[in-house]
Amino acid sequence: MHSSTGFFRTAGLILIYGAALLSSSVYSGSAVSPGSKAAGMESCVAPTEDMRRNHMDYLKHDRIRVVHDGVRGVKNSLAGCIDCHAEKDGKGGYHPINAEGQFCSGCHEYLAVSLTCFQCHSKKPDPKQKDAKSLSGSVSIEQSGHLGLLTGFDEAPALSAEEMVQLRAISREE
Amino acid sequence: MKKLHYSELWCSSPRYWGGLAGLTFIILLGMAAAYYMEHSGHWVTGMSNQVVWGLPHVFAIFLIVAASGALNVASIGSVFGGPLYKPLGRFSGLLAVGLLAGGLVVLLLDLGRPERLIVAMTHFNFKSIFAWNIILYTGFFTIVGIYLWAMIDRKAQRFYQATGFAAFFWRLALTTGTGSIFGFLVAREAYDAAIMAPMFIIMSFSYGLAFFIITLMSAYWWASRQLGSHRLEKLKNLLGVFVGAVLYFSLVYHLTNLYVTQHHGVERFILLDGGLYTVMFWLGQITIGGIIPLFMLYSPAFSDNRFAIVIASIMVLIGGFIQIYLIVIGGQAYPMNLFPGKEVVASSFYDGVVASYTPSLAEGLLGLAGIAIAMTLVAVGARTLKVLPETLEDPEQGTA
Amino acid sequence: MTGKTDQPKDVKRRKFIGITVAAASAASVAPGILLTLADAGTESEGASSNVRWGMLVDSNKCAEDCTACVDACNQENGIDLLQRPEGQGDEMWNAQRPQWIRKVKLRDRQTDEITNLPMMCQHCEFPPCVDVCPTGASFKRADGIVMVDRHTCIGCRYCMMACPYKARSFVHQNVAEQTVRAPRGKGCVESCNLCVHRVDSGATTTACQDACNKDGHQAILFGDLMDPESDLSKALKEKSSRQIRADLELNTGVRYTSL
Repeated sequence: MHSSTGFFRTAGLILIYGAALLSSSVYSGSAVSPGSKAAGMESCVAPTEDMRRNHMDYLKHDRIRVVHDGVRGVKNSLAGCIDCHAEKDGKGGYHPINAEGQFCSGCHEYLAVSLTCFQCHSKKPDPKQKDAKSLSGSVSIEQSGHLGLLTGFDEAPALSAEEMVQLRAISREE
Repeated sequence: MKKLHYSELWCSSPRYWGGLAGLTFIILLGMAAAYYMEHSGHWVTGMSNQVVWGLPHVFAIFLIVAASGALNVASIGSVFGGPLYKPLGRFSGLLAVGLLAGGLVVLLLDLGRPERLIVAMTHFNFKSIFAWNIILYTGFFTIVGIYLWAMIDRKAQRFYQATGFAAFFWRLALTTGTGSIFGFLVAREAYDAAIMAPMFIIMSFSYGLAFFIITLMSAYWWASRQLGSHRLEKLKNLLGVFVGAVLYFSLVYHLTNLYVTQHHGVERFILLDGGLYTVMFWLGQITIGGIIPLFMLYSPAFSDNRFAIVIASIMVLIGGFIQIYLIVIGGQAYPMNLFPGKEVVASSFYDGVVASYTPSLAEGLLGLAGIAIAMTLVAVGARTLKVLPETLEDPEQGTA
Repeated sequence: MTGKTDQPKDVKRRKFIGITVAAASAASVAPGILLTLADAGTESEGASSNVRWGMLVDSNKCAEDCTACVDACNQENGIDLLQRPEGQGDEMWNAQRPQWIRKVKLRDRQTDEITNLPMMCQHCEFPPCVDVCPTGASFKRADGIVMVDRHTCIGCRYCMMACPYKARSFVHQNVAEQTVRAPRGKGCVESCNLCVHRVDSGATTTACQDACNKDGHQAILFGDLMDPESDLSKALKEKSSRQIRADLELNTGVRYTSL
């Protein structure tokens, strides 16, 4: 019937599809800061591509469960992200994770999406947590350390709840 | 009867644009103030953990209450069939929408997190009267919008009756909701009273009509149009009735509280030894807001005096503003009695002492911007829409 | 229109579209299901309605001019990290800074008896603050703890108007530094949450109780109101206690003796 409309249509479709395909991995560069725990890992909570696209939804879903249902130790915990992705500042502390040049701003500045998380959430990991522990898949409540119990011990052992209480009782006596 | 012809309000360009420029300036100041308050946090205001709602809330509630009352004139025309009021219906709708918009802007910009408006519109706790108010306010815009359309567009005339009734009942619900924001609070002695809802309704009638009279007279003076004395007299008398009714409700409210021993403290505070609050009550609410306007509206000495009507209306508004200030801020300033029979000797959280509140400039600017927004909407609406009759001369005798 | 069609007779067009849509929705929903299932392993149970957290305060044991509980609460929740804004006066700073717990000293008008007690959120069973919150940010957890979901809080302060105990505080300024365990920020309302972060990890005491015990007063006792074997329940059975503003019938979780 018509001469080359079909050809143009197909070509256009291929171009668009190709562009979409290409743009899906536009951030082939990593935003992970070199001095952070995450730098030594391939991926943490989920594959990088998945996290790039969906981290906001995962966080939003799990924060409702944490706050309203009191479920602790969820996979997508903001404090967990910071534990892994915060970069050490070389003086025994950490850089604030939302500072310029740090992990979050790597993507968020380019996309011009401002973050309000850190108006309330701490920008640095809990100072009492030892960073030598590597996160091997699951994170137990006691290990994660971001519950910041008042006891001042140096390791982050995997204690049960009763052992936690006993330890606290002991440290109170000191 | 002469056919009524509505037309856009025309006055000389410098006057109109100059007026708009002035209003815009006030609005910009208010927006800058709101930005300052939001950016630094509320520590720059006079509000604290003791007086949590300040001057912006007073302005906002005042405007919202007046907005619902401003629609009264249209309701009298459509629902109660008052022929002298019917031509005023369109302007009444426009004024109602403008005042509500102004009040809501102030309310929303005073939130701790105004950027979370989307959250407020998508998460509703239906036990909260505040949540219901959000629904009532947005619904008000819709319903009055359709009501205005039914009044202006001949093709939509068939909706006129239905929307007129809907608007009337909706706004009663809205003002009841606004009054219940305070009436439902068991915590504070000045609130926790069922009378708050009907008192707010009658306050809305009074302030709304006062606003209406002032804006109508200003508009007609601005554009050199005729406004008949008989019609104006009807409006004036109606305002007098409402002012009297507000005084009556205040009387009942305070008398009841005086009878209840538990509430003697707050009554003493407002009526006797609250310092500034007591002065505001007797001088502001009762005298300026009630007795003097009543005198000016009904006394034969002022019977032909249009200027007196304007002054009386302005005084009603000032008195009304002060009344809402006393309700919102006076009610918070007076301490809650957690320990009956005991006196608080020391507390770091101001238990048992009258809280102090000094409004800051930023709060005042934001509040004034709310009024300016309302007036801008009315001015632009009157200029672009056919809401004001060419002439409001009194109809000939026997046809009214 | 002719009766001829070039579609195969057994695959009608509508059925084809229906199958495609179903497949597409299944494909988009399925990963979500897997996501939820995959989480179940590492998490705690969450708050349970078999528990109701409460507290007993013995005002006889509360020491005059002692602020141990207040200081401990401030330190536990990062409130002491808040700096006074530059240029703010004393009065306003004191009126605006958040106070989750406060000491109150009372004198009886008739008998001149002096009473000291700490005042904090009473964790009512029927909290007025929860009723009035327009977004549902102020809520009561299954285990009775009344707290604010700061993700949903719009900072309207209506809950502060409604609280009969003036327990809530508004954050009037930017919070530069927080503890990881207690996120808090500008523009939201907050109050005592019975150290929910400690409770959720198995602790049996709140920070204020620990501090009070450390100082030797032992005026604060936290525990489970629904467990007859808990120290709190036993203490409530032994001593006569009452709620503050009991006439409001809010059934508070915090009770006071010797008041």
